[in-house]
Amino acid sequence: MKKLLILGAGTAGTMMANKMRKALSRSEWDITIVDQFKTHYYQPGFLFIPFGIYNKNDVIKPKNDFFPVGVNVIYSEISKIDPDHNKVILNDGVALKYDYLLIATGTRTAPEETDGLTGKLWYKEIFDFYTIEGAVALADYFKTWKGGKLVVNITELPYKCPVAPLEFVFFADAFFTERGMRDKVDITYVTPLPGAFTKPRATKMLGELLEQKNINIVPDFNIMEVDNDNKKIIDYGGTEVPFDCLVSVPTNLGADFIEASGLGDDMNFVKTDKFTLRQVDFENIFVIGDAANIPTSKAGSVAHFAADIVEENLMCAIEGREFTGKFDGHANCYIETGYGKGTLIDFNYDTEPLPGSFPFPGLGPFGLLKVTRTNHYGKLLFRWIYWHILLKGKEMPIESEMQMAGKKL
Amino acid sequence: MSTKTIAGVEVSVNEEGYMEDASQWTKEIAAEIAKEEGIELNDKHFEVIDFIRNKVAAGDTLTIRGIGKSGVVNAKEFYQLFPGAPLKKATKISGVPKPTSCI
Repeated sequence: MKKLLILGAGTAGTMMANKMRKALSRSEWDITIVDQFKTHYYQPGFLFIPFGIYNKNDVIKPKNDFFPVGVNVIYSEISKIDPDHNKVILNDGVALKYDYLLIATGTRTAPEETDGLTGKLWYKEIFDFYTIEGAVALADYFKTWKGGKLVVNITELPYKCPVAPLEFVFFADAFFTERGMRDKVDITYVTPLPGAFTKPRATKMLGELLEQKNINIVPDFNIMEVDNDNKKIIDYGGTEVPFDCLVSVPTNLGADFIEASGLGDDMNFVKTDKFTLRQVDFENIFVIGDAANIPTSKAGSVAHFAADIVEENLMCAIEGREFTGKFDGHANCYIETGYGKGTLIDFNYDTEPLPGSFPFPGLGPFGLLKVTRTNHYGKLLFRWIYWHILLKGKEMPIESEMQMAGKKL
Repeated sequence: MSTKTIAGVEVSVNEEGYMEDASQWTKEIAAEIAKEEGIELNDKHFEVIDFIRNKVAAGDTLTIRGIGKSGVVNAKEFYQLFPGAPLKKATKISGVPKPTSCI
């Protein structure tokens, strides 16, 4: 039997287990997936928890519910990959051999990377919302908060779901308005980027939204430390921003074992060819999702679009053919803007987010770079699609490759 | 693309003043770009510039974290050498492309 080994059973790994079990003959191929945790988190839902829209039970299901028949599942931490000998060593010392390896171990938040972030105010007046613990703690805190300076800070690039902190401040504006205390809450968005987002048109549109909603922005801020005693964040250039409640997007790092395996960059993201999605040094290793160092968003939609390319190229490699799949870096993000509305961006390596309609040119129903009610329902509907269609690797009515039709230049 | 005479040499630059051909770079050019940015270069600056040019030549991505871990300077010293926007200024002076931030 030949062996395909998948590391990581999050969004990307689970989708690939489902796709590859269909693509590969069960009499010839063993498929094994390894993950340290048994719970699958619907991570796009974390954003909704601090504002009481979702609770913990809305975003968790057992991972076992999503694996197809015929895939071996191992719950264990991974110690390292030995790519020269085609094997992976688990924490208990067990070695798993592979013919092909697929790395899908994502990214984790590493608040310990910023001085003072996990100090005495951590989970008291300083929170994150990228973990279930942080999102739930913040929901409890907001229930009785009397107002003050709410500061949302992005520590470092890259971080997953790049629009989430913007959605967070939009939600916060609506949440405190609806509670009749918006005049007591001063909201500030502090980012290492020069503006609200990276690309010109989206930055302009989202920057204007911040202004309309009376949210301050402090750009070009690279955090050096959190001063817990004086409740302020300080950047390397000496700029200080005071807070009463700090919501941090901590540094994102790839899995530690990637560093131990010598396959990663400065932040433990796996060095990956951005078009073929193969690891740059080893022919039988592919990478999908947040774990890869490719220059696009770290987001489930990217992993979803990349999944078709990884399947195609993995089959090319197995069958000894030239690669036919070429990834374009396609990302598609629904952005909640509060008050039951949302906007949508669709982009890739070369094309910035443009206005227009999606997925059907001229018809929509979703509006690109427009604030509409339908976009918000698209995001809510997506949770159902995620659990029932996406994770199971079923076809979606959206092309993997970004389409120019429907976009206005 | 346009050309600009820096330190008496004609070099090609983009609309933001970043050099388009790293091989045209000299220490004199670096000193003149630095002056435009309000920086007087010393030996420590050149150690950082060497590190940056070698990283780019090797096809690696530049990050403040990477430079902070380089052993040449830590992140704080890097900010002190190139105040304000260290990565943007340092790459411009080093004659390499401006790093793109992808999120």
